[in-house]
Amino acid sequence: MSRSPSGDRVALWRNPTFRALLLQGVLLAALVALIAFIVGNTMANLEARGITTGFGFLDERAGFSIPQTLIEFSGDSTYGRTFLVGLLNTLLVSAMGIVAATIIGFAVGIARLSPNWLLARLAGAYVEIFRNIPLLVQILFWYFAVLQALPSPRDSLSLMEVVFINVRGLVIPDPQPLSGFAATPWALLVGIVAAIALGIYAKRRQARTGQALPIYWLGAGLIIGTPLAVFLLTGAPLEWSIPELKGFNFSGGVTVIPELAALWLALSIYTASFIAEIVRSGILSVPSGQVEASRALSLPEAITLRKVVIPQAMRVIVPQLTSQYLNLIKNSSLATAIGYPDLVAVFAGTTLNQTGQAIEIVAMTMAVYLTISLIVSALMNMYNARTLLKER
Amino acid sequence: MLYKNKFIVAVPAALLLSGFATASQAATLDDVKERGNLNCGVNVGLAGFSAPDADGNWQGLDVETCRGIASAIFGDPDNVVFTPLTAKERFTALQSGEIDVLSRNTTWTATRDNSLGLNFTATTFYDGQGFMVSKDLNIESLEGLNGASICIQSGTTHELNLADYFPSRDIEIKTVTFDTPDQTAQGFAHGRCDVLTSDTSQLSALRLQLPEPDSVEILETLISKEPLGPVVRQGDDQWLDIVQWTIFAMVNAEEMGVNSDNVDEMRDNPPNPGVARLLGKDGNYGEQLGLPNDWAYNIIKNVGNYGEVFATTVGEDSPLKIQRGMNALWNEGGILYAPPIR
Repeated sequence: MSRSPSGDRVALWRNPTFRALLLQGVLLAALVALIAFIVGNTMANLEARGITTGFGFLDERAGFSIPQTLIEFSGDSTYGRTFLVGLLNTLLVSAMGIVAATIIGFAVGIARLSPNWLLARLAGAYVEIFRNIPLLVQILFWYFAVLQALPSPRDSLSLMEVVFINVRGLVIPDPQPLSGFAATPWALLVGIVAAIALGIYAKRRQARTGQALPIYWLGAGLIIGTPLAVFLLTGAPLEWSIPELKGFNFSGGVTVIPELAALWLALSIYTASFIAEIVRSGILSVPSGQVEASRALSLPEAITLRKVVIPQAMRVIVPQLTSQYLNLIKNSSLATAIGYPDLVAVFAGTTLNQTGQAIEIVAMTMAVYLTISLIVSALMNMYNARTLLKER
Repeated sequence: MLYKNKFIVAVPAALLLSGFATASQAATLDDVKERGNLNCGVNVGLAGFSAPDADGNWQGLDVETCRGIASAIFGDPDNVVFTPLTAKERFTALQSGEIDVLSRNTTWTATRDNSLGLNFTATTFYDGQGFMVSKDLNIESLEGLNGASICIQSGTTHELNLADYFPSRDIEIKTVTFDTPDQTAQGFAHGRCDVLTSDTSQLSALRLQLPEPDSVEILETLISKEPLGPVVRQGDDQWLDIVQWTIFAMVNAEEMGVNSDNVDEMRDNPPNPGVARLLGKDGNYGEQLGLPNDWAYNIIKNVGNYGEVFATTVGEDSPLKIQRGMNALWNEGGILYAPPIR
């Protein structure tokens, strides 16, 4: 029982707070009951049909092979391992796609606003062509029309006889570290730390004296120069495994399979066309007064773009960019159309078919995509919160 | 049990989630009769087994099996709706009740029969996994395949056989996996792989799709047993019997010399009691299955006996020209043997 503002006791069911809580409680209970019913019903149905359930299958021997594996995998590995292999392949193509789509998208988006007529029209044509053709068709185009038209291994196109391109993929030399190579990655780490420290120093120095250091050149020099110097001083302890045609295929080197290349190209080019439009809209959202003010200070065009326009445009760009990244990750499941061994093709495809455990496998697959997407979303939201206008 | 069936209609969401849309527990025959047609799952396109012809009509050994079942039930081979399925989709489609029978060159294995809630009925084609290579490579045995890339269809027993066979013999191979038989043939034709592997019957069919069918050969070595046959859901014995005995009737008819041309004459003047029982002149073998008594007559009249179907779909009268081999009758050197109708 509670009291009305005037102090009188009112019936519990007339108390708005209580009613709101009750309603939400009932809804929650109904939702839980529905889920419990669905699960119970599913289990009963599966049992009635004599279909094996549970996650025990993950420890069983898979007994099939996968064309591209980032971790050790053989026919004797478990079904659980096929999940990891598929997941890593999905992450690989998604990460490669996000990086490439972002670079192409920014370049095309900025080019579209260029005062150069030809460049702007070309960028416009790019966007209109690739945004308006279905992604699956683009994947099939790259795979069947472009990459499958390459010559056989025996007639490979080669670059200096160390890099080969043929219908089975791109074969490149594989670096084999010898003893003493371990110093080089450490030198790289030292170089990166030094570059960051230099960046902080340069910023303070500029704030104090107004003079800018050529930070990009110095930073690049530190990051590349330090490990290179250490590498040479330790006597270049690296051996290259050069691909060589033996029998049917190349042995040695690393092969980038054409399925990966086709999927990566299609995902990057398709998503970049959307990112280009997002970048354009972001740049146009920056008031022209900002650019004019920058020019009035006689800042060069490149600095104006990098320091004035882009940081402000990012606030408009980032939320939409997040959606595009999420789309790209989910679109990577179209891999199954050309046989790239991603999570859907390997785990929700072959493993599902060999074990017949549809519900467990589909649930795991959905959970993975949900988790990846939520993580990407959270990271982008963090970045967005940092780049928000600081209102005072 | 009551709890389950009562709510099946009430909460479609639950069923969508569990993937069992309209699967009823038993009496598939009643559902089929009520619906007026048989839902049959077939291959998306495999010459000789199930592929649409120029007019869009499905043709092939697996297709004829379904038309035989429809004849047994309705007396009409055309009361069938064919659903094309990839290897990966096939079992889920059957489990969920989307189809009544899966007749899609499917290998009978322990896992599939025992843990998927499915039952295999009979073998319609005894097959084995073989290898197709270009004649230019001059390969005589599987040892010669060391280092080769092999195109294969995902979700098949072939994937498992490969992983069993080659590593234990220290032969290194690279697999290239595709979804449909067509894609594997395309990959092979483009040179994505050196070898195409599948059931030999399937290889004979895929060979015809290549730009130059004469430039390739199928190696003699087979690495597995692949008994192919129709599959039904577990828990409906009557339905299993109908599918099983449709096939047995076709095999028995060949053994007795009954074919689509002479079946009318044979029914009117049965040459022996066995034929009389098969064609419903004696006994009530159809009724035992819940079918009309002329069930087997209808199958043979409309579809033909096993030998006729084999010859026109995959055998000598077809482009595939597969020999009877193991698939000949038991008394003609093969292993085809159907229990007697009596």
